[in-house]
Amino acid sequence: MEALPLRSRTASNFLTFRRSLTNHVVTGVAIISTILVLVPLVAIFGYLLYKGASSLNLAFFTHVPVPVGEPGGGMANAIAGSGVILGLASLLGIPVGIGAGVYLAEYARGTWLGAAVRFTADVLNGVPSIVMGLAAYALIVARQQHFSGMAGSVALAIMMVPTVTRTTEEMLATVPKSVREAALGLGIPKWRTVLSVSLRTASPGIITGCMLAFARVAGETAPLLFTAFGNQFWSFDLNQPIAALPLQIYVYALSPYDEWHRLAWAGALVLIVMIMASVTLVRIFANRGALKGGH
Amino acid sequence: MNEPKIIPLPPASEESLPAPHRIAPPPMIKTMLPHTEMGSPVAVAPVTPSAVRIFLQGKSSGRMADGAFASLMVVCALSIFAIVILIVSVLISHSQLSIKAFGWHFFSTRTWDPVSGDFGALPFIYGTVLSSLLAVCMAVPLALATSIFLLDICPKFLRAPISFLTELLAAIPSVVYGLWGVFVLVPIIRDQAGPVLEKYLGWTGLFVEPNFGVNMFTASVILAIMIFPVISSISRDVMRAVPVHQREAVLALGATRWEMLRIGVLRNARMGIIGSVILGLGRALGETIAVTMVIGNHPAIMKNLFAPGYTLASVIANEFTEATGDLYLSALIEIGLALFLVTIIVNAIARVLVWAVVRDNAGGAH
Repeated sequence: MEALPLRSRTASNFLTFRRSLTNHVVTGVAIISTILVLVPLVAIFGYLLYKGASSLNLAFFTHVPVPVGEPGGGMANAIAGSGVILGLASLLGIPVGIGAGVYLAEYARGTWLGAAVRFTADVLNGVPSIVMGLAAYALIVARQQHFSGMAGSVALAIMMVPTVTRTTEEMLATVPKSVREAALGLGIPKWRTVLSVSLRTASPGIITGCMLAFARVAGETAPLLFTAFGNQFWSFDLNQPIAALPLQIYVYALSPYDEWHRLAWAGALVLIVMIMASVTLVRIFANRGALKGGH
Repeated sequence: MNEPKIIPLPPASEESLPAPHRIAPPPMIKTMLPHTEMGSPVAVAPVTPSAVRIFLQGKSSGRMADGAFASLMVVCALSIFAIVILIVSVLISHSQLSIKAFGWHFFSTRTWDPVSGDFGALPFIYGTVLSSLLAVCMAVPLALATSIFLLDICPKFLRAPISFLTELLAAIPSVVYGLWGVFVLVPIIRDQAGPVLEKYLGWTGLFVEPNFGVNMFTASVILAIMIFPVISSISRDVMRAVPVHQREAVLALGATRWEMLRIGVLRNARMGIIGSVILGLGRALGETIAVTMVIGNHPAIMKNLFAPGYTLASVIANEFTEATGDLYLSALIEIGLALFLVTIIVNAIARVLVWAVVRDNAGGAH
């Protein structure tokens, strides 16, 4: 009679001990995994900073590539080319994306068509970038019989659309219904309400979405491989092959020349600084936005 | 009926129009228009409406504009369908040659011989599936553990910086991963990790030297790093969507934190977590540049992970611009088509799973 409660207490003590041990082990595993994940991140950034900064010089920003064997040279034409391609891609992709987002948030709430568009956008978002490049090749390059910067822009624009659509929709959804009803109640037509009230209220978030879409395609190489193709010289003609920074990094990284490797590291640092700068700016911008203050 | 008349009328004559032709704007409306002073009725009163403004505020023109605007938005939305249909149709039409020549055997033949014009995609399918699955196996435990850490264990002040850092991983372009892989990871795998893995796991036949660093294993490691942010951020969202009362109920029964997470959170969020894993898998299947740079690009089916491999995406990236002959191009485009269809299906499944969890719990929370 006496021994039974004692034994069960020992058993329960053991169980408690085992449970708390498991708990501690899992906590430890979670902490270690997080550290393990941060290691490659720090390694990539550290190495990039170290290699890139030691390879960067003014010539990188002002010169075009030089033939193999000659020292020096830069990627000025690639930076400019990336700017042109991305500019056109944004011009094509962002309006369509915002329009589709407006449709989803303001016109198609709860309809099956809206759900279908939303689903298609999400699925399109996961399509590999190389397939976009192939499609642009088949649509434009194969027809024109030559590579062109425009084909690259189209491929990137297609990639921007779903991201912009979904963020625009999500941001418009945060605009309170009462604001819209107030505007409509004053007799303002719906399109004015959408433009001047909904879109304007949600604009910080929408701009964030556009910048994120931009940052995402800015580093894309695969869709440009057989559309923009790359160019060793200055060119702004969208109807001709154009150099792009990610393409140039790719080509130089796989080359056997040390000088080109150096330029690839410098290019990678410039590329990532540009992307990080836009993402960080967007974060600051979004945090200061009207949406956070209101609700 | 009379709406065209309103536009050419000069502002001065607007008073003479009969009432039904336009709605007199309520004074408050001025505050909603851009570039006017907010809130001050004194500023609003003396504004003489311009012809444009009358047009904008007119009832019938408003209806017309409403219709035009709405249809413009519909066109934008439908263009998303158009994009998908366009991609599928051009890929199908440009791969006709290869589809006709090889049929379904294309996906079950292991020869890839551009010289004799004999093409089979099996080595690439094998490489894609193997490297993606390995990457998922490496990334999932880490991603889930990090999500749990960030949600429940991490002190508040560390939460924002760490989640920002893990999201930075997603912002690094593929080509930079590839560059880092070629110059940092490849030597590590070749000189440090390779011998160790061969010594302890060589008996499995998976890690057999010679190991040049550019191989299936390196590609999987790079892929794992790249898909980590996808899995981690989405599984975190899904876990966060589990209603708080589920956690509280389990805690109230005297559960430890791990038991609470296991019973209260992971079990409720499992479909969404599976969805996030499949999304990561979809990303890995289509990842191109970084993989092309480190996988070795050799079309062979080998059990040995230290042997070079090839994937669907990297064969397109690597050979497309050098492809001579229509059949070769067409075979590569057919590979692209297969990749497109597979990722569409994988992503659709993942989205459905993630939606199901987030929607159910959003509904249940109210």
